[in-house]
Amino acid sequence: MPRTLRRTSALLLRQYYLLRGSPTRVVPLFSWVAIDIILWGFITRYLNSVSTGHVNFVPAMLGAVLLWDFMARVMQGITTAFLEDVWSRNFLNLFASPLSVSEYLGGLVLSSICTSAIGLVVMVVLATAVFGLSFFVYGIMLAAFLLVLFLFGISLGIFGCALVLRFGPAAEWFIWPIPAFISPLACVFYPLATLPRWLQFIARLIPPSYVFEGMRTVLAHRGVAGTSLAIGSVLALAYLLLMAWAFTGVYRHAVRTGLIARYSAETVN
Amino acid sequence: MTEPHPSESAAPADRAPILAVCHLRKQYPTTVAVDDVSFVVSTHEILGLLGPNGAGKTTTINMILGVLEPTSGAITIDGCSLARQRRQALEKTNFAAVYAPLPGNLTVAQNLRIFGMLYCVRGLSERIEAVLTEFDLLRFRNTKCGVLSSGEQTRVALAKAMLNQPRLLLLDEPTASLDPATAREIRATIQNFAARTDVGVLWTSHNMVEVADVCHRVLFLSRGKILLEGDPRALPATHGRDTLEDLFVAVAREPLTIRRTEDEA
Repeated sequence: MPRTLRRTSALLLRQYYLLRGSPTRVVPLFSWVAIDIILWGFITRYLNSVSTGHVNFVPAMLGAVLLWDFMARVMQGITTAFLEDVWSRNFLNLFASPLSVSEYLGGLVLSSICTSAIGLVVMVVLATAVFGLSFFVYGIMLAAFLLVLFLFGISLGIFGCALVLRFGPAAEWFIWPIPAFISPLACVFYPLATLPRWLQFIARLIPPSYVFEGMRTVLAHRGVAGTSLAIGSVLALAYLLLMAWAFTGVYRHAVRTGLIARYSAETVN
Repeated sequence: MTEPHPSESAAPADRAPILAVCHLRKQYPTTVAVDDVSFVVSTHEILGLLGPNGAGKTTTINMILGVLEPTSGAITIDGCSLARQRRQALEKTNFAAVYAPLPGNLTVAQNLRIFGMLYCVRGLSERIEAVLTEFDLLRFRNTKCGVLSSGEQTRVALAKAMLNQPRLLLLDEPTASLDPATAREIRATIQNFAARTDVGVLWTSHNMVEVADVCHRVLFLSRGKILLEGDPRALPATHGRDTLEDLFVAVAREPLTIRRTEDEA
């Protein structure tokens, strides 16, 4: 096994050991998303029953909730793996080893792929089996939707890690509201045109807005918004590179100031 | 385990340097933590880094571990520049420190496997068994590190430090939380490791009896500078003190006096 892959796999193995020995870590992987799907499943059923038109709220709203929760789980997969090192004060041991920053981030991403996949499977099973959501209505575009949300979820996760690394363990509380903070601009439940013009400009800078606009376009049988999704993909990739660069910068600052060696000191100098 | 006393072994200075620290300096906005420090650690040598709290010992070790960037100066580990060949240099290094316990939410064996993978240890399963045996940790294999006593955690940290059979071993107060019997065993283990493998050891301790027993050579740091250097058994007499501990106290209280004495000599 190449050395880089071995070091990256070590972080994945660490996460597996932690999950295997701890139900308190396993249950949150699927419980919140399951509750969300059940809640929104019944809301969409109710809306379908009182709606006079021919709009099917299941793919439009329940599908949107599922995709949004997937992105949030990807982000949290990154940040919770990172926070394990914060909570166990492990930075000195890790970064005094041959592990590089890119390998460390790679390990966080691998961990997130595994943990977010668990949440995705639970959501898909519940949404299809209980509420009749069919993914065939999105067609091949579903893969593109998931890819953009996955890339942006990783970017948000790395951004959260950079915040905590820069400002200390107490900054953990900055991480959790990040998806909620972005959701109004991501246009999860309503078209972009609903927003005031100046907010539309900001929303166009957020990759998920292209996903949810594209999803509504597909459901309205108005064709496939390929160009729009391509812009979203490029933006998501750009955010990923930007956040990786930002994390590396914060790490270098921490090495320059000694924060890595004395991380629990919570200095922000 | 019986190892030759450091004073009886060949002069390590004649051997190849494992660690070369050259004009190392770390300056913070309001203080200079390490100021123009230079030294080498040779193969089979155990070098003691001594000094009062805040003298710059841990800062120096952190810079050698690559977790603190020097303001200036160079560090070379077994021919690899830490600044330019960080990965190669750190693959040949390992450390144990009382302030860096392994994650308490993983078992001893899990921690050793993960760090063995990070250091790309060959034959990892066999190596884990070897260090578990060497540090009397077999019965704690499946115990989470967080529930071990501080002495047992220190032994786990030392097992992790030996896992990759490093060329450079950094030990920051490795016996600080051990009972005298265990501390003696650990000292013997490390002395044996230094004698039979091509390793150099940098050792910090506040136990001067231990330092005199283990170290071939010591450096006294005070206010970020190297104040004295020499054989820990000969150094006290050279500076008019009865014991290494007396000399340590003098360095801690009156570093300028010691400097003057040395300059005059």
